[in-house]
Amino acid sequence: MMTYFKDILSGFYSLLAGMAVTIRYFVKPIVTVQYPRQKIQMTPRYRGHIELIIDPETGTHNCIACEMCVRICPSQLIHVEGVKVDAKKKLPSRYYIEYYYCSLCGLCLESCPTKTLKWSNEYRMAGHRREDSVINLLARMQEQQYALGLPLTPIPEPKPEAEAAAAPAAEVKE
Amino acid sequence: MEQLVQSLGSEGTKMVVGLIAVIALVSVNALFLIWMERKVAAHMQLRPGPMEVGWHGCIQTIADAIKLMGKELITPEEVDRPIFFLAPIVIFLPVLLSFLVIPFSSSWIIRDMNVGLVLILAFSTLGVLAILMAGWASNNKYSVLGAIRSVAQNIAYEIPLLVTVMSVILMVGSFKLTDIVAAQSGCWFVLTQPLAFILYIICGTAETNRAPFDIPEAESELVAGFHTEYSGMRFALFFLAEYTNMLIVAAVATVLFLGGWKGPFLPGVIWFLIKVYAVIFLMMWFRWTFPRVRFDQLITFAWKILIPLAFVNLLITALVLKLR
Repeated sequence: MMTYFKDILSGFYSLLAGMAVTIRYFVKPIVTVQYPRQKIQMTPRYRGHIELIIDPETGTHNCIACEMCVRICPSQLIHVEGVKVDAKKKLPSRYYIEYYYCSLCGLCLESCPTKTLKWSNEYRMAGHRREDSVINLLARMQEQQYALGLPLTPIPEPKPEAEAAAAPAAEVKE
Repeated sequence: MEQLVQSLGSEGTKMVVGLIAVIALVSVNALFLIWMERKVAAHMQLRPGPMEVGWHGCIQTIADAIKLMGKELITPEEVDRPIFFLAPIVIFLPVLLSFLVIPFSSSWIIRDMNVGLVLILAFSTLGVLAILMAGWASNNKYSVLGAIRSVAQNIAYEIPLLVTVMSVILMVGSFKLTDIVAAQSGCWFVLTQPLAFILYIICGTAETNRAPFDIPEAESELVAGFHTEYSGMRFALFFLAEYTNMLIVAAVATVLFLGGWKGPFLPGVIWFLIKVYAVIFLMMWFRWTFPRVRFDQLITFAWKILIPLAFVNLLITALVLKLR
């Protein structure tokens, strides 16, 4: 008989203890974010797609359009076209990646002779079409320069003749 | 407000206006409670809940209701058609009738019957019949299992519920709900009958088939229990009935234990609704705290703990009243 009442009381106490836990969580601030509306700060070592580093001294990228990244990419998803702006200097006129093929191996970063590639912190890569994840790195860098208040790096005009016909058919997101 | 009610004049007009008001209340209440349930659940799990449609998702339920109305009413091949068709109606009508006697304030009551409480208890039992009809007519093993469980559970929990209510009735000496509220002008019955209040809330939660007593629709074992085969507006009627049943259980708890519409400063209706929704919040709090009980635990709990305690409570109440 005593154990019967003791069981009821201890059971009732455990129910109250459980309810105390839930009401404490009820008044705590929420921890989730509204995914497309809110953005969270990713950790600095997050590996998103690649992007061009803005050199703090020159305020622009250091890419020399050597196409090392294009050659080493195992998925062949990097497309670079360079133009000679003067006798010694070559600059990329188009630099875009087809991110949907990327396996994030990082060989492009390691092979880059001027160390001008890095992982971006972008994690919101959802899109409606496959072409939405084609990333134009030059345009992306211009946006970042605009946000930082730096002068925008002009994108040189590509060479008009034969190369244009040889360019891959994939669309470039502007 | 008092003049407004009095100006309605004859009993017949009062009934019609009351019925329209009750249907409006039931719909708005269900819309609000579903939103509230989702919000309470979300905040207990540290997430914001519905946020997209309207301010903090407040008209999300309306969007869902419109979607439900647009759905096809699927009638499976082998169902017992008349019963399958009738079950959602049978579950919803008694729920509406119970509002006939609930006093929202001293004058906001459609019909002040001297058997008020008995009427509510009698009609709320009809819901079990509807669940059994739905489960049986669906011709689906999960539905029938859910319905059988529901009947066993409701019969088991009806007894402690009635016995608990009886101890309050003994103190008042009347089944009239306005009399019960009037008897609490000095001290709410929750203070003189705390055990009865706890037992009533537990039994009420079980009667409305809500977690942790939601084994008739235990989704992890029975798909959705008795309403597995229902879709569209028929399913919505079951949903509506569940949330309206919660409102009735909470309203009766308010009348029996929490002093009904009595309270300072604010008008009676506001006090009544505040108390009702506080009780409903308590029931939601249960749902998001306790895991679902197993069936044998459920029946053991009713017969070995609730019923003896309810009888002890009744006995002590009777003795105290007699010896005073």
